Amino acid sequence: NGSVFYPKRDDFEDILEERRNSSDLRYALRCYIPVLYKELTPCKASELKSMVLQSDQLRYVINQVCKETGMAADEVQAEAAAILEEMAHRLQLSTIRFFAFTLSKVFKTLFRSICVNEEGIQRLQQAIHEHPVVLLPSHRSYMDFLLMSYILYTYDLALPVIAAGMDFMAMKFVGEMLRMSGAFFIRRSFGGDKLYWAVFSEYVKTMLKNGFAPVEFFLEGTRSRTCKSLTPKLGLLNIVMDPFLKGEVFDVSLVPVSISYERILEEALYARELLGVPKPKESTSGLFKARKVLSEDYGSIHVYFGQPVSVRSLAQNRVDRCQFNLIPRHIPRKPGEDIHSFVNDSAYRLVRAQEENMVLKPWVLLASLLLQNHHQMQVAEQKQEMALDELTEQAVWLRDLSRQYGAFLHWPGTVQAQSSFKTLLKINHGEPCSTVTPEEELLNQAVIILSCASYRNQALHIFLRPALLASAIHTASSSNKQEVYNSFSFLRNMFSNEFILCPGATVQDFEEACYLLVKTGALQINQQEFVVTERGHRTLGFLTRMLDPFLQGYQVVCRFLCEDATEGLTEKQFVPAVRKFIIRHILTGFCRLRYTEVLSSDLQKNSLAALLRLGAVQKLKGYVGVCHPCTSVCFDWLRQKQAS
Amino acid sequence: CGRQPGSIVGVSNHIWQIKRQEIMKWNGWGYSDSRFFFNKKGQAEFTGRRYRLSGLIIPGLKDWFESTFGASLQHKTPATVSPILNSSAVQPPTLNEAFVEELKSTGIPLSHDAEDRVFRAHGHCLHEIFALREGKFGRVPDMVVWPNCHNDVVKIVELACKHNVCLIPYGGGTSVSSALECPPEETRSIVSLDTSQMNRILWIDEKNLTAHVEAGIVGQDLERLLNESGYCTGHEPDSMEFSSLGGWVATRASGMKKNVYGNIEDLVVHVKMVTPQGVIEKSCQGPRMSTGPDVHHFIMGSEGTLGVVTEVTMKIRPMPEYQKYGSVVFPNFEQGVACLREVARQRCAPASIRLMDNEQFKFGHALKPQVSSIFTSFLDGLKKFYITKFKGFDPNRLCVATLLFEGDREKVLQHEKQVYDIAAKFGGLAAGEDNGQRGYMLTFVIAYLRDLGMDYYVIGESFETSVPWDRVLDICRNVKARIIRECKDKGVQFSPLSTCRVTQTYDAGACVYFYFAFNYRGLSDPVHVYEQVEHAAREEILANGGSLSHHHGVGKLRKEWMRDTISKVGMGMLKSVKDYVDPNNIFGNRNLL
Repeated sequence: NGSVFYPKRDDFEDILEERRNSSDLRYALRCYIPVLYKELTPCKASELKSMVLQSDQLRYVINQVCKETGMAADEVQAEAAAILEEMAHRLQLSTIRFFAFTLSKVFKTLFRSICVNEEGIQRLQQAIHEHPVVLLPSHRSYMDFLLMSYILYTYDLALPVIAAGMDFMAMKFVGEMLRMSGAFFIRRSFGGDKLYWAVFSEYVKTMLKNGFAPVEFFLEGTRSRTCKSLTPKLGLLNIVMDPFLKGEVFDVSLVPVSISYERILEEALYARELLGVPKPKESTSGLFKARKVLSEDYGSIHVYFGQPVSVRSLAQNRVDRCQFNLIPRHIPRKPGEDIHSFVNDSAYRLVRAQEENMVLKPWVLLASLLLQNHHQMQVAEQKQEMALDELTEQAVWLRDLSRQYGAFLHWPGTVQAQSSFKTLLKINHGEPCSTVTPEEELLNQAVIILSCASYRNQALHIFLRPALLASAIHTASSSNKQEVYNSFSFLRNMFSNEFILCPGATVQDFEEACYLLVKTGALQINQQEFVVTERGHRTLGFLTRMLDPFLQGYQVVCRFLCEDATEGLTEKQFVPAVRKFIIRHILTGFCRLRYTEVLSSDLQKNSLAALLRLGAVQKLKGYVGVCHPCTSVCFDWLRQKQAS
Repeated sequence: CGRQPGSIVGVSNHIWQIKRQEIMKWNGWGYSDSRFFFNKKGQAEFTGRRYRLSGLIIPGLKDWFESTFGASLQHKTPATVSPILNSSAVQPPTLNEAFVEELKSTGIPLSHDAEDRVFRAHGHCLHEIFALREGKFGRVPDMVVWPNCHNDVVKIVELACKHNVCLIPYGGGTSVSSALECPPEETRSIVSLDTSQMNRILWIDEKNLTAHVEAGIVGQDLERLLNESGYCTGHEPDSMEFSSLGGWVATRASGMKKNVYGNIEDLVVHVKMVTPQGVIEKSCQGPRMSTGPDVHHFIMGSEGTLGVVTEVTMKIRPMPEYQKYGSVVFPNFEQGVACLREVARQRCAPASIRLMDNEQFKFGHALKPQVSSIFTSFLDGLKKFYITKFKGFDPNRLCVATLLFEGDREKVLQHEKQVYDIAAKFGGLAAGEDNGQRGYMLTFVIAYLRDLGMDYYVIGESFETSVPWDRVLDICRNVKARIIRECKDKGVQFSPLSTCRVTQTYDAGACVYFYFAFNYRGLSDPVHVYEQVEHAAREEILANGGSLSHHHGVGKLRKEWMRDTISKVGMGMLKSVKDYVDPNNIFGNRNLL
């Protein structure tokens, strides 16, 4: 049966295939004539810099800084120039050609295929011609932006300039190479630095407005270590929307790009990082050590260029652009409440658009099943494994379910599937442990579980809303629709730091979830009463179990805060402390802590953020602590749930 | 009217008889004898003898017309009603008998003839003309009166108040804001008060350089009569052939040469207006006063909602000794705007300076009449070669500014040099007097072109705004693009003409004019589509920091944006004035508020 919720999607084309059959050198040196923005006045990277430095915006801020600090104008001007120098890209075709050559070699070794939707490429080409374009790829790997540029070069599209974190610059040679391939570098934090912000935003806007190149950045701000989309950051999105809102361009096209890796290069690193092994500092020598990855098989990559989203149509009937009429546009102003919420909503929409076109491989579903199975076995204190046949049956069931929910599945033929399962099972088994302490054994096991979870997480967006509903039905005091809605709304609110849930869209999400469950025959609604059907139990069971690890994670954090947190706990100390607490409890088998996943620092940080947001926890002078008296509904609820 | 005939300086002996429709089109623009048409060879011709273009063949127009709009001479849409008005289609008048009786006793001419009434039921908005061409008439005035002087107006207004009759003042009828449309919900008898017979210059004061003029006088007559005495007002709106002094005051009009002479608010020294509460006027003619808010500003822009302007004292100037046209070609519109901005910064704008964008430059080019001498066409070719090949201007990007200098000869030449020097800094090349002059001549014939378009499935209109300098380029780009996008979204099958020009410069900004036209073949309700697009374009203008109107006024067409434009309190202020001056809404055209 067909899908209930099925967006139409394009077909893929493998771009590595041609690379395997023809000369990489010729490919790297071929004639490259991209379609450019129709109103582009060609300018060199150096001219761009002087445009920025001479802009009204920057001159205004320089003046302001002079007045505030008493520094001389030329001193501040020089500082601005230095900031720009540190930031600016030096995009040149020769470097791109170099990468085109070397990356062809690397990609062919690492990946079986790189699949791109060519219709998306055509749409992008059209968009680049018509309006300034912003490329918004999902971010799972360092590979992302080189891969993007590589694809755009392959299809003769304008090469993007890419906002990259300053940490890359620490790698001397590589940093410079990236700079020459279009990366520009921004500091991770520059809180109150007016001058820095002005240079940065003006630089991005100038490139965008003139159509110099598509501007590329990552909405999620950083690589997601969990393969779950991250809450979008708004800074850059604000900047690229500004020229439209102020009428400096007719429109801006935002193009979400979904990059799905079969296996992420950094996979093992991420799990360790989440468990507290700090992320290695980026260095060139580190990169060379990492070359051993070249001997492994990372499967295929799917890159889906989504439908361009017009900022103009997003803003229609949402933003009153007249608000910019009364103050000169070059004077920096904090965006008003309406602009902020508009940008925020747009950001969520775009991340959802990324999620929607993520290609799911069979492992993603298998990992979901195996994790659930693993936990069930743990509860039953059984050590037996799942029979392959049984797993296959469940996988087929889940495949059909996820298709109905609109998942973008890439499902190979059955025979292949069986072998795929085997590969995955191998992963799940992990290496035999030769460690001594139980703590180390636990952490080793957790690495495997978290790696597995990172596969499951890729499918979360498919099941999230029905899963929230399933959990809501499960926890609500009655099956009355309003009752269930309240419970749904509560869960959704609590998890809004954890998953991509658009603010203010509770009703839509609830309706979407009801629609899916009803249409797929899992649920009936009789006169405001929810009735789970015979076959619906399996679905709802699966869905509820999907959220369980998260729920337990939030509970354990609450418990920690109530029982174990000392006075004067800083946010920085929070993660190690809660980790210690969890390890102790798991090892003593206390309080039925089933899910090793709760060791993930991502989960812990998200739950802390949620508790802060909900007012259950507060920050006082940099210390975190439970509010006294603790009146938060959320808090009580989590504790009650645990008791029951 | 109790006035000595000898004291009158000038009487408009022109054409403004009571039956205006005898020399003017009733369902199109301007004089009946002047119109464009395609002759048997498919060449465009302009008929009549009134304009420089009259009687000439315009060889380039057909190609431009067909390629710009995708129109074809094979697909015609002539007006469906013959030029002689079919009066049976017009609703019979609703007359207030008591009012009519008393009015008749005053001897003021009046009529309830269908032709007279229909002629005064509209301005020149696209939807108004389109409906007339289709023979559709909505609510029209029930009666027309022609007062001959101020006192006649006083009597009419008194009687209207007494009998509760709705009055709609009518001057030249060139409104493009639906200001003359009769409110369909009006149940009272509607009387159109035609000021055309009040067309005398009552006196000229050479010591103070002022003239006292009856408000019904039409622009071209006012200038001609003053010229006979060696003076001018210098107020030249594009509509000056037909628009009236009273209309200028009531809409806050702007003239092409405002850089030298000022806009209407700068020209007016004294105004007399008849309102239901009586006559409003100031007691002296001091050049400036500090006597609270200037009551002239309640009158200027009141759009016929408060009363009838009957007499105006205006500044006059000696006629300029010397006039010189000019033009400058710029490599692109951006450079052109930068040049105009610099000219404004240095406050050295000539009497008129206008910048056309590339599309309009091409349009102007298509309107070049056939040249008789081979030498001229050779020179044209040479000029084109020089600009595009030698100077490397892209013919698809270049744009032209037209200039008009006025004053004594020496100063004009000096001024000219100054402006050309500034232009050179922005890559501008002097492109001759001829191009400049033709540019200005076209402003008078362009309105006739719309009628030609309407014969071939093409409808269009212009609209204007004023905007700060830093927004000029952005608003031009965005509004033009918005028009194109809206046309596409609304199902227009052919790409529209969407073009603009900067027509006035000020210290703090500029006036921008947009022209927009499209081929409506395949659309079931073209006027509705047109209105939707224009509406969207106005929203775009406002969102880009443009004003609701620079000089066309609000009328009923742009009323919906008034509150946002002048704030709730501002609306309250205007409303309270209306409530005091005209509590029974005698001047019930429902413009503005």
